[in-house]
Amino acid sequence: MEQLRTFGRELAMGSQGGFYQSKEFLDLVKSIGEARSKAEEDRIVVNEIDTLKRRIAEPDIPKRKMKEYIIRLVYIEMLGHDASFGYIHAVKMTHDDSLLVKRTGYLAVTLFLNEEHDLIILIVNTIQKDLKSDNYLVVCAALNAVCKLINEETIPAVLPQVVELLAHPKEAVRKKAIMALHCFYQKSPSSVSHLISNFRKRLCDNDPGVMGATLCPLFDLITRDVNSYKDLVISFVSILKQVTERRLSKAYDYHQMPAPFIQIKLLKILALLGSGDKQASENMYTVVGDVFRKCDFSSNIGNAVLYECICCVSSIYPNPKLLDSAADIISRFLKSDSHNLKYMGIDALGRLIKISPEIAEQHQLAVIDCLEDPDDTLKRKTFELLYKMTKSTNVEVIVDRMIDYMISINDNHYKTEIASRCVELAEQFAPSNQWFIQAMNKVFEHTGDLVNIKVAHNLMRLIAEGFGEDDDNADSKLRSSAVESYLRILGEPKLPSGFLQVICWVLGEYGTADGMFCASDITGKLCDVAEAYSSDDTVKAYAVTALMKIYAFEIAAGREVDMLTECQSLMEELLASHSTDLQQRAYELQGVIGLDAHAVEFIMPSDASCEDIEVDKDLSFLDGYIQEAIEKGAQPYIPESERPGVLNMGNFRNQDHHESSHGLRFEAYELPKPAVQPRIPRALLPSTEIVPVPEPVYPRETYQTPVTPIPSNPSDAGSAELKLRLDGVQKKWGRPTYTPETSTSNSTSQKTVNGAAQVDGPSTVNSTRETYASRKLQVEISHEKQKLAASLFGGSSKPEKRPATGHKVSKASSHMLEKSHVPNSSMEVASEKTAPAQTPPDLLDLGEPTSTSTAPSLDPFKQLEVLLDATQDASAANSATSASRSPDVMALYADTPVGIHNKDEADLLSGMSNMSGATARPQPTKGSSKGPNPKDSLEKDSLVRQMGVKPSSQNPNLFKDLLG
Amino acid sequence: MGIRFILMVNKQGQTRLAQYYEWLTLEERRALEGEIVRKCLARNEQQCSFVEHRNYKIVYRRYASLFFLVGVDNDENELAILEFIHLLVETMDRHFGNVCELDIMFHLEKAHFMLEEMVMNGSIVETSKANILSPIQLMEKAS
Repeated sequence: MEQLRTFGRELAMGSQGGFYQSKEFLDLVKSIGEARSKAEEDRIVVNEIDTLKRRIAEPDIPKRKMKEYIIRLVYIEMLGHDASFGYIHAVKMTHDDSLLVKRTGYLAVTLFLNEEHDLIILIVNTIQKDLKSDNYLVVCAALNAVCKLINEETIPAVLPQVVELLAHPKEAVRKKAIMALHCFYQKSPSSVSHLISNFRKRLCDNDPGVMGATLCPLFDLITRDVNSYKDLVISFVSILKQVTERRLSKAYDYHQMPAPFIQIKLLKILALLGSGDKQASENMYTVVGDVFRKCDFSSNIGNAVLYECICCVSSIYPNPKLLDSAADIISRFLKSDSHNLKYMGIDALGRLIKISPEIAEQHQLAVIDCLEDPDDTLKRKTFELLYKMTKSTNVEVIVDRMIDYMISINDNHYKTEIASRCVELAEQFAPSNQWFIQAMNKVFEHTGDLVNIKVAHNLMRLIAEGFGEDDDNADSKLRSSAVESYLRILGEPKLPSGFLQVICWVLGEYGTADGMFCASDITGKLCDVAEAYSSDDTVKAYAVTALMKIYAFEIAAGREVDMLTECQSLMEELLASHSTDLQQRAYELQGVIGLDAHAVEFIMPSDASCEDIEVDKDLSFLDGYIQEAIEKGAQPYIPESERPGVLNMGNFRNQDHHESSHGLRFEAYELPKPAVQPRIPRALLPSTEIVPVPEPVYPRETYQTPVTPIPSNPSDAGSAELKLRLDGVQKKWGRPTYTPETSTSNSTSQKTVNGAAQVDGPSTVNSTRETYASRKLQVEISHEKQKLAASLFGGSSKPEKRPATGHKVSKASSHMLEKSHVPNSSMEVASEKTAPAQTPPDLLDLGEPTSTSTAPSLDPFKQLEVLLDATQDASAANSATSASRSPDVMALYADTPVGIHNKDEADLLSGMSNMSGATARPQPTKGSSKGPNPKDSLEKDSLVRQMGVKPSSQNPNLFKDLLG
Repeated sequence: MGIRFILMVNKQGQTRLAQYYEWLTLEERRALEGEIVRKCLARNEQQCSFVEHRNYKIVYRRYASLFFLVGVDNDENELAILEFIHLLVETMDRHFGNVCELDIMFHLEKAHFMLEEMVMNGSIVETSKANILSPIQLMEKAS
């Protein structure tokens, strides 16, 4: 039957005009289609390669035949074999006069070649010619190729023609031209920086296809620089409005929805523009509300648009009405039987939860169902949600669950991700030291070296410094429990290197500190480690140093030290080690053991890891010695720069290593400058190598500058062809992602919504109980699930964050104390009331209800908002009536009058809203929005940069010392 | 960027069409296709139509013997991509009339032409079936 059908089709296809196919081709396709295994398929393809290699080089192949050969080449590559022998023929085919043959040639070339391929240069000429063609289909074919094949260097060759085509009478050409420009922008923003206005212009194109395509580049542009496009809010809103009112051609309808893909793109753009911008957001409320209302819940596409609405609503300045609609949709998604909708629901919940944390509670059982679902995708999404709603009350359950899941999977990519999330959550919210240590142990044991080594270092520091409270007792308990657990874990085979380093360090530092274990226990274990992991030098080094510490502490305490035999043999081995590092450590250990208690105590003071070591950069301790020498008649030291004769040499060398040391220089030598005295402070000179050089930070910053608005300097862009363009270099480091200030919006929004929501401790507990009860009627819920739900969602106690443990600042703050006060949090609330604006805006700080305090201040705010809504509705109505009067739909947003009309009102509204905002509560300042402690993260960042960038000037310095 | 690649694969895991919007070498494509197809084919009807793979999210849909797989960035609307696949199938249906795996195999270039109209630079640019198909019809007439 199947065969018969195939046969019928073949007959039908034989008659299809220009798409002629030979028997040979049909046979090939059929045999590929009938191949039952990969091996069989490979055999067919290898045969085909042989045949084609012979045939394709024959002279005078008819066009149609050649086209078929090229498609056969496409097949070869698609099935995973190399067809590079035929690339040149595909390139040749792009010269053909026949449109179909030409386009097939272009298609093959775009599939075969990347933009760096050598053959591209042969195609550029053809493309240039085709862009000028009278046949618009030829132009379109060339524009397709432009998007795929033109690289940064060849952009100037086609740019003028592409820009010209933006005004082509055919909408298909305009659409493709705008996308070509988009592509240039992606590849080299500076190449089109003077042409950005074209994107704005095409937004007003009267063909909806061109307008829809223009949204793609605009989305990119707005992602990188929101503020320059705020004026377009009105236009986008107006377009979306017209789309929802079905003013676009019916051809764009999909499943009875008017142009849903354009709606989605517009909602994405609005989400960017409205983020953290109350004034812009207010212009959007009406139209987003309309989209909500008009969407069809029964179709997939309707739900896709609804989901995008939720994303938009949770990104822009919050509006209670819209948030309610969003919450409704989310519960509809979560209650659905479709896994796809559940997935979208969980994702949407994760977005909305930042603004209105209380909505999670009504969905707790649905969330737990998703968590326990066998479907991995759904499970992961749910973990993502849990990660977002973690607080100190539920961190244990969540992290334990995450770890269990982490152990169960074997996808390294995701394992790493979930492990670093566990670590992050544990560091932020750990309720107790014991739990923290145990959680970290599990993470380390199972993910091994997948986690960043910095995490291991953080853990060491945490154990050394404690959790920040000045309670030595707690600190030593933490250490003892760490030591105890490590001794136990060491019994297990195959521990990852990073974890072993932590273990060795902790055992060395604190193994004998509390007197529970004697030195021989610990040293025995350490020797075992060094023996069992003898191929890992780092671990061995840690182990030897730990041994040294243990013995030193023993000697300092006045106890007799007798080395275990295994330890002695280890020492002997290491004294002859090939690694100089290990050798040195071994010799040091040997040296320490021979010293008396007093000296040892001085070299190896116990528990000194937290002492700050001050580096005397001036080497002032040598002053006395120098003085003495000078008195005895020695020559005083003259800094190199001040020495006569050496001066010029020094300058030369200085210049040398400012220039990049690699590569030839092509530009003319600059005029010799008068010798300038390098003003290097005398004190710094001897220690140049030790002092961290701040220089390396700058080059990074220059990389990043192109990310921020490109200066639209016409003269600059005009000469772009002549200059070396370095911006492309930056692109190779990955597309810089610019995250808009969503967090500001969240922080501001969060407060309003919290105020509106008004939940205080006991009442929430009640409400959750109620939901339990009502649910019980419908479904039998297992006791276990309920317990899980209660532990995840129950108790809306305040989540508080501990500053990341990696920082020393924590000593003073007494977070643990705070935690114990959670039940009667009235004190904290009071203190917050006095300074609400000062609480750091915090993404994860979801459930922070400022409780009773906000009630009175809230009401006028709400009233104002209602007022605003009313006026806005009126304005919307106005514009609607004016819209219906005008016959040309798409010209509406192009015409200025409507825009201005709208704008005036918007300004008026915004004025009011600003006032209301001001009266309600002071707006937190922008910028100070990211993370729990922006300063800390900044410090971290700069530290990383310093570590990551190797100061290149060090080597020249080395030479300087050798030569000078 | 949005869409990173579009694949059509039959239920034996054989590739029927592949279009990438970022450059991968032949080996990388081969490996990627193998991994993804294995992942997606192992899933049942009730499970989500989305799978995470490395940095991609794969949205897939099955039509008879053929799987349509679209690899997208993390911030893409999955449901919309799912419907985009359906739009593609509807468009091919309109052109071929009750499209099947063999139609795509015999007219690989036409299937590519349709995709070229619908997606550029990894973004959906055209969703009107008439606009997508008109160049192909014109080419048929011309030759």
